[in-house]
Amino acid sequence: MKERLAIPRQSMPEQDATDRSRNFQEVNFGFPEQIAMLEAQRCLQCKEARCMAGCPVMVDIPRFIRFVAEGNFSAAAQSLLGDNALPAVTGRVCPQETQCEIECVRGVKGAPVAIGHLERFVADWARLQGAPAAEKSSPAGGRKVVVVGAGPAGLTAAGELVKSGHDVTIYEALHQPGGVLVYGIPEFRLPKKIVDQEVGRLQQAGVKIECNVVIGRTYTLPELRERFAAVFIANGAGLPVFMQVPGENLKGVYSANEYLTRVNLMAAYEFPNADTPVLLGKRVAVIGGGNVAMDSARTAKRLGAEESMIIYRRTLQEMPARAEEVHHAEQEGIRFEMLAAPVAVLGNPQRWVTGLKCVRMELGAPDASGRRSPTPIPNSEFTVACDVVVVAVGTRANPLLTATCPELKLTRRGNIAVDADGMTSLPGVFAGGDIVRGAATVILAMGDGKRAARAIQNYLAATPAKARRVVTPPLLVDKNAVRRSV
Amino acid sequence: MPLIAARTQLSPNVTRLDVIAPRIAEIRQPGQFVIVRRAAGAERIPLTIADADRHTGIIVLVIQAVGKSTRELVALQPGEAIQDISGPLGRPTELIAAGRALCIGGGVGTAVVHPIAQGLQRRGVRVVSVIGGRSREWVIFEEELRRLGEVLVCTDDGSYGRKGFVTDVAREVLAAGGVNVVYAVGPVPMMRAVANLTRPLNVPTIVSLNPVMVDGTGMCGGCRVSVGGATKFACVDGPEFDGHQVDFDLLSDRLGTYRTYEQQALSCHEEACRAGLKN
Repeated sequence: MKERLAIPRQSMPEQDATDRSRNFQEVNFGFPEQIAMLEAQRCLQCKEARCMAGCPVMVDIPRFIRFVAEGNFSAAAQSLLGDNALPAVTGRVCPQETQCEIECVRGVKGAPVAIGHLERFVADWARLQGAPAAEKSSPAGGRKVVVVGAGPAGLTAAGELVKSGHDVTIYEALHQPGGVLVYGIPEFRLPKKIVDQEVGRLQQAGVKIECNVVIGRTYTLPELRERFAAVFIANGAGLPVFMQVPGENLKGVYSANEYLTRVNLMAAYEFPNADTPVLLGKRVAVIGGGNVAMDSARTAKRLGAEESMIIYRRTLQEMPARAEEVHHAEQEGIRFEMLAAPVAVLGNPQRWVTGLKCVRMELGAPDASGRRSPTPIPNSEFTVACDVVVVAVGTRANPLLTATCPELKLTRRGNIAVDADGMTSLPGVFAGGDIVRGAATVILAMGDGKRAARAIQNYLAATPAKARRVVTPPLLVDKNAVRRSV
Repeated sequence: MPLIAARTQLSPNVTRLDVIAPRIAEIRQPGQFVIVRRAAGAERIPLTIADADRHTGIIVLVIQAVGKSTRELVALQPGEAIQDISGPLGRPTELIAAGRALCIGGGVGTAVVHPIAQGLQRRGVRVVSVIGGRSREWVIFEEELRRLGEVLVCTDDGSYGRKGFVTDVAREVLAAGGVNVVYAVGPVPMMRAVANLTRPLNVPTIVSLNPVMVDGTGMCGGCRVSVGGATKFACVDGPEFDGHQVDFDLLSDRLGTYRTYEQQALSCHEEACRAGLKN
């Protein structure tokens, strides 16, 4: 025990900040085996593991870590993959510091166990071994379930549902499965290859994925309800919010969705070897303080921007972005312009962006979210020179699907309303992820997927497959009787 | 993957591809478009569905080859496949229920006007089409439109039909009266000119906009246009809007966003072609 307590938290080897701010290769290298085993030995194997309670998908954390400590990586992989459909993804992008690791007893005196790094280690080990595909369960009793959207929520739900023998089809609007994992999160945080491999594993397990199908256009929700026994809607929060300030339609103003989609999904960083371009700004201003803002600013730097800056109306303390992302951004030389809010985008006569007119903010009393609310300081206007502006202030629910089904109950903000099980106002129709929550995290979406999969199984068990239409046997006609009646 | 059933050269740089896409052919409505990605690494390109046949499952795409992506797309031959087609996207055209409609098509925009004229004719609306091009070989879809009503043709150089612009002919049709609505699709200056022509006459005018798009589902906001002072996303709120409310200057300005990049891509492409790496 003493020895275990003496081991310090192992740090993640990473690419040098100056080097990496000029390339799109992954920042973190991952733990080598020896380091992973050492780190795993730091886990005290608590009986009442509080870390698990912090995990939205309820990974049995002490169990897989115990196997790592023993050097039994295949058992660790089996354990982890049984709980989590996308561990190589969550091991990279989960905010462990506010979920599992914050609960770790080792954190009380010192640093918590590096659960996220260990998860990533095990998932990558399994990928490199070509982990055995989850065995296909017998389709007996399997029902047809459709999932709308191949993002984190949809993939997780689909993975869980095929495990229990259901026949699952995912419809994806874009040309590639992964949702935000492929269009939003940059290559340097989550290589596309890893998403492809995780998706491939689910497909091997029996999940069918059909791309280029836009629900709300190619098929409507009522059509899906006709064809499938249950529906899980996980189509994300796909409508970008702009600031509603003058100059927002100038050339050079992007929504973060567009900027990141061009660079990630469409690989604009390889232009002209990839066909889709993105404007290469010399000075890029990103508005917002979340992970998407960090991703955008760090992307701009890698695309060659001389200056890439975050403009945020509160301070570093209130930033919703993950600590690791802010830290990495600072290391890479991203400038942080805090307590500033844009009031106009400025342009030249050719209508290209030349700058942002901002106003200085100060923090007042805490608002409903508990964060101190920013208010503008009078006569504090100043200008920031820039040639590309990326607006990363959030997204709203995309109405494409919901518009085709007016009976589906929505919240005031246009998100789909669900009960505690994730079921919508329509029986057999479930929803989860950002279309329910508004913009949240990958792991919360995955938690929704897992919960909905359980609820869908219960729902299907309680509603037996529609009995075949009973064919009335031909009446046995008593010819004599007929004759009699004539 | 959707296969190409037929390929026809309609004008020096306009090609018609008949593509097998049964679900889209079955449900598409006038005014709707698809997003096409030719192959891995290619751009996502929005293309209006010019025609469709639900029995054969074929949709018709009409493509003007201007840059690298469109040139590669039109180089595809029958039997080859397009990697991705998603749709139908966009709101269907608001078709009037009765009366007389003037459909104006300029250049490749004529192919976009065609399904609108089709929809109108099916409803029993009388259709007059005014179509035009630089010269005779640039006039497309004349025959298809003739099946739906009267067609007036004009060319900039007078080599076919009337000499002049579509607006010149449209002005006369409008002056004669009895036009309930105008649908106009073509280059931005043409649509702007039509809107300016019909505004004082108070004839409702619908135009189809073609801004830069990526996903086509409302996710990126790259296709934003200004209509009546409000920002709209052409992919989900359009692509058709009230021509009298559209800010055409903004549209044409934003269409130029990637001009230097497009030139770069094209010259790389041409170099590769010369080196014999591509056809």
